Amino acid sequence: MAKPKIATTSLAGCFGCHMSILDIDDRILKLIELVDFDKSPIDDIKEFSGRCAVGIIEGGCCNEENVHVLQEFRKHCDILIACGDCATMGGIPAMRNNIPLKECIDEAYRNSPTVYNPKNITPNDKELPLLLNRVYPCHEIVKIDYFMPGCPPSADTIWQTLIALLNNKPLELPYELIKYD
Amino acid sequence: MIEAWPGGLKLSTDKNLKRIIIEPVTRVEGHGKVSILLDEKNKVKQARLHIVEFRGFERFIQGRPYWEVPVLVQRLCGICPVSHHLAAAKAMDVIVGADKLTPTAEKMRRLMHYGQMFQSHALHFFHLCSPDILFGFESDPAIRNIIGVARKYPALAVQGVMMRKYGQEIIKVTAGKKIHGTGAIPGGINKNLSVAERDTLMKDVKQMMDWSLGALKIAKDYTVENLKTLAPFGSFDSNHLSLIRKDGAMDLYHGNLRAIDAQGDKIFDHVDYQKYYEYIAEEVRSWSYMKFPFIKQLGPENGWYRVGPLARLNTADFIDTPEAEKARKEFMAVTNNKPNNLTMAYHWARMIELVHSMEKIKELLHDKDLQGRDLVTKGKRRDEGVGLIEAPRGTLFHHYKVNKNDQIEMANLIVSTTNNNEPMNRAVQKVAEDKLSGHKITEGLLNNIEVAIRAYDPCLSCATHAMGRMPLVVELFDARGIILDKKEKR
Ligand code: SF4
Repeated sequence: MAKPKIATTSLAGCFGCHMSILDIDDRILKLIELVDFDKSPIDDIKEFSGRCAVGIIEGGCCNEENVHVLQEFRKHCDILIACGDCATMGGIPAMRNNIPLKECIDEAYRNSPTVYNPKNITPNDKELPLLLNRVYPCHEIVKIDYFMPGCPPSADTIWQTLIALLNNKPLELPYELIKYD
Repeated sequence: MIEAWPGGLKLSTDKNLKRIIIEPVTRVEGHGKVSILLDEKNKVKQARLHIVEFRGFERFIQGRPYWEVPVLVQRLCGICPVSHHLAAAKAMDVIVGADKLTPTAEKMRRLMHYGQMFQSHALHFFHLCSPDILFGFESDPAIRNIIGVARKYPALAVQGVMMRKYGQEIIKVTAGKKIHGTGAIPGGINKNLSVAERDTLMKDVKQMMDWSLGALKIAKDYTVENLKTLAPFGSFDSNHLSLIRKDGAMDLYHGNLRAIDAQGDKIFDHVDYQKYYEYIAEEVRSWSYMKFPFIKQLGPENGWYRVGPLARLNTADFIDTPEAEKARKEFMAVTNNKPNNLTMAYHWARMIELVHSMEKIKELLHDKDLQGRDLVTKGKRRDEGVGLIEAPRGTLFHHYKVNKNDQIEMANLIVSTTNNNEPMNRAVQKVAEDKLSGHKITEGLLNNIEVAIRAYDPCLSCATHAMGRMPLVVELFDARGIILDKKEKR
C-alpha cells in the first residue's frame, strides 16, 4: 500500500512552526518511513502530486496569495491542521489588525530614520500580491479539522498528533504539552 | 468574504483608498519571486528578486511596553529567533542603562548566541544546501532535498540532524525554550546554567567538534576542487560590512561597525553603532517590500554591501579560536589575503564560523561564571537604544525609542537578509545573464538561480516566509513586456 502523504506550508507565519516540526530531530527519519512528504518548503515538490492525508498549515492569511494557497490545501488534503497561534488565531502578525494598513506602510517606507525615498514611493509593483485589510486566521477562510495551539507547538505535540492521526487513535496529550508560555 | 486593500497602487495616491473583493485568485503562489526581462536580442536586460510579504512590525509594536519587545519581535523569524531576541535585548540594555552586563549575563547570552549560530549554520548547510552539492545543481528535483540525502547518505543526514539538535538544546537551556525563548531580559538574563545542564552539554562536545571539522572539510574541498566553475557563479565585487571587536577579531555577539571595499580598504572603522543611522540608509523601490540598504557616504549606486559569513571573514583581522583561525588563513590564502568576493565562497566561510561557534561553546561550558547568580544590572534610564548583533545571516539592526510610560514610540529594524538585498539581486542577474540562453527555461536554470540566492542563506521569513527551498516563479518578458515563458517551482 502506498504511504500516506503529508503536505505543509507557511503562510503569514515566521517559520517557527516548521522549525518545531524539524525539532522532532532523529524521529524525522522514522517519519519518512511512515509517510511521503508532498508539497512542502522543505523539499522541491512543485505541485500537489495527488491527494494528501494531512496538510499542516503555519500562519494565517495576510495577502491574497495566502488565501489562494490555503484554499489549494483544503482542496487537496483530507485533514487540515492549523498549526500554531498564527494559523489558529492570526498570532503576532494580527497585531496589525487594529491599525490602518496605510500607517504600517508609512512607518516602514516613509517615516523610518534610515529610509531613503526621494520619490516618495511605496512598493506597488504588480508582482506584489495584494495585502488583505486584516490578518485572517485560517478557519475564517476554509474549514479546519484540528487546531494546534502554541507558539510554536512543541515538537512532541506535533509528533504525537501525527502518530495518533496516522494510527487512527485518539490523541491524549500530557499536561506538560498543553501548558503554554 | 475577504476584503483586500489594493496594495501600494492605490495607497500611493493616499486619497481614494479603494477596497476590492478577492475571488479565489488564480495567481501563482510564491513568497520570493524572480522576474527576468529580455531585450530584442533575447539578452537579459533585467532580473529581479521580489520580496512579496509585508508585516508592519515597526508600526504595530508601538505602544507595547519595552520589556515585552525581546520576546515579541522574535516572531519575525522562527529560523533564528535568538538573533532578534538578543538584538532587541541589547537595545533594551541601553534603555535601562545597563552599560556593562554581569559576567554571568553576558556569557549566558553569548552561549545562547553561539548555540543559535551552530544550529542555523548546520541547518543551512546540511538540510538546505547539501542536496545541491551532493547531487548537482541540475539534478532530479525529486531527490534534491534533505529526504533524498537521508536515503542516499544516511550518516551525513544524521550528523546534520544531530548538530542542529545540539544547537537547539543549548538554546533551550539558555533561553528556556527551543523556539521563541524568554532568557534575555533588559539588563541581563533570567537564569544561569545549572551544573546538570552544563554536564549534559559537555558530553557531546567532542563529537560535535569532530563533525564540525568534517563539515568544514566538505565545504572547503568542494569549493577548492570546483573553483574554476564556482568562481564566476553569481559573483561580483562588493563592499563588506560587519561588527568587529576592538582588537580587530571576529566577534559575533558584540563590537563596532567596520566596512571595507572590494579591495579591502576601509570605508569606515570602529564606528559606535548607536549612531548607525549616520552611516547606513535604505532605499525604497517599488517592486519589493524589502528595502535596499547602502553606505551613505558612497550613495545608493555604489554604497551597497554584503553581510554574513563571507563579509565577516573578509572584515576580520583574525579569529580568536585556533581551529577557525587556521581555517581562516587557508580561506584568505585563496585570494592572496584580499577580500573574497565569490558568492559560492559563503558556504566555506559559514562552515568556518560553525567551527568557531563550537570552539566558543566549548570554552564557555568550562567557564564557572555561567553558574553565577548575579544576573541583572541597570543604570540611568534612557529613551533611545540601538542593539546590533551578527546574526547567522549577517548584521542585524534594532533601534527603539521609548516614552516615559515605558511604551515603544518608534522601532526601526534592518534585518540581516535586507542588508543582502542588492547582492542577492546582483547574483540573480549574473546567473540569469550567464546561464540563460534563448528563452526556453529549464528546471535546471531555475535551480541555478536558487543556488545563488541560497548561498546567502536568506531568511526571507523576516520579510516574507520561506526556507532555503523557497517557492520561485520565473517569468520571462520580451522587450515589449509580453510574457514569453513562465515556470513555477513550488
Ligand atoms: S505560531 Fe509562533 S512559531 Fe508558529 S509561525 Fe506563528 S509566530 Fe511563528
